[in-house]
Amino acid sequence: MSRKTHFSPARIGIYAFLISAALFFLLPLYVMLATSFKTMEEIRMGNIFALPLQMTLDPWREAWSGACTGLSCEGIRGGFWNSVAIAVPSTVIPILLGAINGYALSFWKPRGASVLFGILMVGAFIPIQVMIYPLVRILATFGLVGSLPGIVLVHLIFAMPVMTLLFRNYYASVPHELFQAARIDGGGFFRIFAYVMLPMSLPIIVVAAIMQVTGVWNDYILGLVFADSETQPMTVQLNNVINTTTGTRQYNVNMAATILTSLVPLAIYFISGRWFVRGIAAGAVKG
Amino acid sequence: MSNVRLRDLCINLGGNAIIADLDLAVDEGEFLVLLGPSGCGKSTLLHSIAGLIDVTSGTVEIGGADMTFADPSERGIGMVFQSYALYPTMTVEKNMSFGLRIAGLPKAEIAQRVARAADMLHLDALLDRKPAQLSGGQRQRVAIGRALVRQAGVFLFDEPLSNLDAKLRAELRRELKLLHQTLRSTMIYVTHDQVEAMTLATRIVVMRAGKVQQIGAPADVYERPANLFVAGFLGSPSMNFIDGTLDAEGIFSGPVLDLDLGPAWRGHAAGRELVLGVRPEHIHIGDGGKLQGTVELVEPMGNHQIVWIAVGERKLSAIVNDTRAFTAGEPLSFAIDADRISLFDKASEQRLATS
Repeated sequence: MSRKTHFSPARIGIYAFLISAALFFLLPLYVMLATSFKTMEEIRMGNIFALPLQMTLDPWREAWSGACTGLSCEGIRGGFWNSVAIAVPSTVIPILLGAINGYALSFWKPRGASVLFGILMVGAFIPIQVMIYPLVRILATFGLVGSLPGIVLVHLIFAMPVMTLLFRNYYASVPHELFQAARIDGGGFFRIFAYVMLPMSLPIIVVAAIMQVTGVWNDYILGLVFADSETQPMTVQLNNVINTTTGTRQYNVNMAATILTSLVPLAIYFISGRWFVRGIAAGAVKG
Repeated sequence: MSNVRLRDLCINLGGNAIIADLDLAVDEGEFLVLLGPSGCGKSTLLHSIAGLIDVTSGTVEIGGADMTFADPSERGIGMVFQSYALYPTMTVEKNMSFGLRIAGLPKAEIAQRVARAADMLHLDALLDRKPAQLSGGQRQRVAIGRALVRQAGVFLFDEPLSNLDAKLRAELRRELKLLHQTLRSTMIYVTHDQVEAMTLATRIVVMRAGKVQQIGAPADVYERPANLFVAGFLGSPSMNFIDGTLDAEGIFSGPVLDLDLGPAWRGHAAGRELVLGVRPEHIHIGDGGKLQGTVELVEPMGNHQIVWIAVGERKLSAIVNDTRAFTAGEPLSFAIDADRISLFDKASEQRLATS
């Protein structure tokens, strides 16, 4: 019976819908990919859905190391490394601090914990744009505007509410007796965190890392405001490449640059899928 | 090995007084069981001994030293939890040695202690496994092992067998008793299971609503319950309660039945409203009995059967240790062993003593 259901009309309908939906959403990606491998002559012919007649990698080379971003013409290579330099500390530090925060709030319950958590949550709901001007003034006071630590600090501040919430809720599901057992075994604040809680947190760390890396990598406004030409992330440089007004618009280069910029988040989504939801905590309690 | 002494202990949680003015002395080498229905404060009491809950007032002494405000790790205790609480990312061996590694003991000493505990608990073959790869009984053995390697003066058990199925529970219960016989260490054990309390304890503390109802050896608490609550809580099926009064001749009479309690009760509590308590095993069904009733229901238990006897409006349970056949509705006569009964004052619910 189960074999026959594979070919039932309902199933065929579902697949037909899914496939057409997938095609619809993949179409822009196809156009981008196809265009990025075409020469400008081919693009001017106007067949945007056609496969490239003459495959060329020149637009990719140009986008990576030759396209003009404002005054300099060194491609978006620099922006890529800037984005890496911003994303790595802006992922590691918020995750670590968020985990410690969530751990402290869930298990140690310090005085005023709920008030503190409430304030953090309010922070999560206030739009970033409201805080940009005061933040620029504050960072300017400390001479951090335009520097790498400055951008990382801004990302850290805006990530704290969500990271704390994520880890607090995860630790709330960990049996309290586990913490008590570790207390009796003589574990202090950081020892229990490092040896008992953090190793159990792999699933939520993966989730947090995906959120942070993609969020920081895709960020445009904070990079635009808080970076200078030396520390611009890839997204800001991409915008500069595409909006350069001198000469002809090089659609193939623009497409290649856009794909290059979105490559990191795409790769993360593809690789991380199987890491989601793993029963790491299984066996801690009755099973 | 050490003793535990609680003085004037008060614990308030969230504004509610869970335990008020509790005094308790646990001797060295004793197996003390805290028994009571859920919510009676027995777990709270255990957690306060462990230092996992702050006491509101009063003192906790362990091994003669004041430990009221000491950190859990400094109290010289080992604890086993109902949910096992094993560290899921560590192997059995790492789980057991975690506390010792924190304490910075030499490697050889740790290995030797773990090996000894593993040997006692039959865990030798499982040392490299993670908790997820163990069965419930094995997990609880590891949790016991983790407490053992600490070589603590006092072991605390918080309903350790409640998550196991009936067969494993009986098996591990015997192992715990053997362990206590071997180690002779002080153990404090919380349970709501009267069978565990009866089989394991050297002394039982029956608790209700944060107050100690009775402390005594299992047989003592069972045979001579201090009040109606203890009498009803221990024993399965529970004690039969019959209302009535006592006259000057020592004859108990009530709406259900009359019974001559013998010379011991002559001149006691005459005229007061009383409750007579009879254990099911002290009701003897047989032709010689002076009391009459009809069979209401029979529950065969294999090695014994429980016969529910309807006497007027009341139903009394009796344990029959042979294989006689009873049918519902059948009239029968029975006797009550007057020497083994308990009498309680109906108003105060306290036990009356013969003299």
